[in-house]
Amino acid sequence: MTPLAALLVRDMRIALRVGGGALMGVLFFLVVVTLIPFAVGPDLALLKRIGPAILWLAALLASLLALDRLFAGDHDDGSLDLILMGRAPLELVVAIKGLAHWLTTGLPLVICAPLIGLLLNLDLPADAALMLTLFVGTPALTFIGLIGAAIAVTLRRGGLLLAVIVLPLTVPILIFGVAAANAAVTGPIPFGTPFTILCALTLASLVVGPFAAAAALRQEME
Amino acid sequence: MALLDLANPSRFLRFANSIIPWLAGVTVLVFAFGIEQAMVAPDDYQQGATVKIMYLHVPSAWLGMLCWGLMSVAALGTLVWRHPLADVTAKAAAPIGAAFTLLCLVTGSLWGRPEWGTYWVWDARLTSELVLFLLYLTVIALWRTVEDPSRAARAVAVLTLVGAVDLPIIKFSVDWWNTLHQGASVFRVGGSTIYPTMLVPLFIMAGAFTLLFATLVLAAMRNEILRRRVRTLQLMQAAAAS
Repeated sequence: MTPLAALLVRDMRIALRVGGGALMGVLFFLVVVTLIPFAVGPDLALLKRIGPAILWLAALLASLLALDRLFAGDHDDGSLDLILMGRAPLELVVAIKGLAHWLTTGLPLVICAPLIGLLLNLDLPADAALMLTLFVGTPALTFIGLIGAAIAVTLRRGGLLLAVIVLPLTVPILIFGVAAANAAVTGPIPFGTPFTILCALTLASLVVGPFAAAAALRQEME
Repeated sequence: MALLDLANPSRFLRFANSIIPWLAGVTVLVFAFGIEQAMVAPDDYQQGATVKIMYLHVPSAWLGMLCWGLMSVAALGTLVWRHPLADVTAKAAAPIGAAFTLLCLVTGSLWGRPEWGTYWVWDARLTSELVLFLLYLTVIALWRTVEDPSRAARAVAVLTLVGAVDLPIIKFSVDWWNTLHQGASVFRVGGSTIYPTMLVPLFIMAGAFTLLFATLVLAAMRNEILRRRVRTLQLMQAAAAS
């Protein structure tokens, strides 16, 4: 098994174990969606209209909360130093960690989103479009989050700073994700227009995220 | 006292090993009888055969709440009486209660589609049941967050007792708020409003569900005790190796 594959398996195993917090994202997602009707009222028509937006915001926040454990665990027990001294390119290592993070945090969100969409009275086309936009958009959320996680890695209480760094960078993804999910059901814009831009944003983040995060890690761990 | 006799894990394992097969057998028999009775029970004059979802939906709701009650008693056992197997009971029962609550939500949702026209509505009864499901998931998550089960037990016990406030909310939600979910028709002042031809199969199914719950909880407790023994052995092995 190549070193990068081994790193992927290791990261996923840690995430799925006790204390790893893998499925915590889904639980948080469900809690946030449950909270919304307490705030905006139980009107099903209103919930149907803002449903995709709520689900996107909840997915964004759930991804954000899980970013903490991306580098923190390895930093605490010294594995991060070993990884930095290793032969594999740091950009690739960071990308693999991002992939493991998405597979254990983002992908469960994508799978659960249609069921939770039922709670918000979304019908099948809206649900399916939403799931597709989340599937394309959540990797972008993870990979942009890599940058913030790398910057905040040496900080003790870096949690909120992490959020403050990452959230403005994820705004374009949020805009086009919700636009695509809404375009599938309403409006004159075809689904493809915002969706292809969302795909482009994700592809860009797959490159920019690891490079920026690797640079930040090298700076932080000097 | 019987509970105190079973506080010894080995004794409990012997007890569980002897009783689980019998409980399982009785569960299957009562389920068979209950399902047969539910099939021959009369249709509703408005809903037709759709009403038969009730024979799954209502018992699973009752069991979901009963399980949280059992977990609350176990929580008291951990915090107050320091019963050795109390936290094992709580940890074993949590996923089972979550499954019953999820079954209640899903069967209710499927029942709501033809009868109410919607899979979900944010009324008091459904929302409080969803909150119960979230509480179950939170308890399970808390068990999985702390490595040592006996340390996790105290935190989970407090959370369980706090969450128990949801149970009367669920029960009285149809009285306290204006809900789409129908009002109490079994456990109410003035007796049940369901005719015996439907009420009796409902109680038989509830009995079957309870027996299933007992079987599953005992089996899960047995697994948890064995799991902890394996963990202790692994820790001893790791300590001996180093």
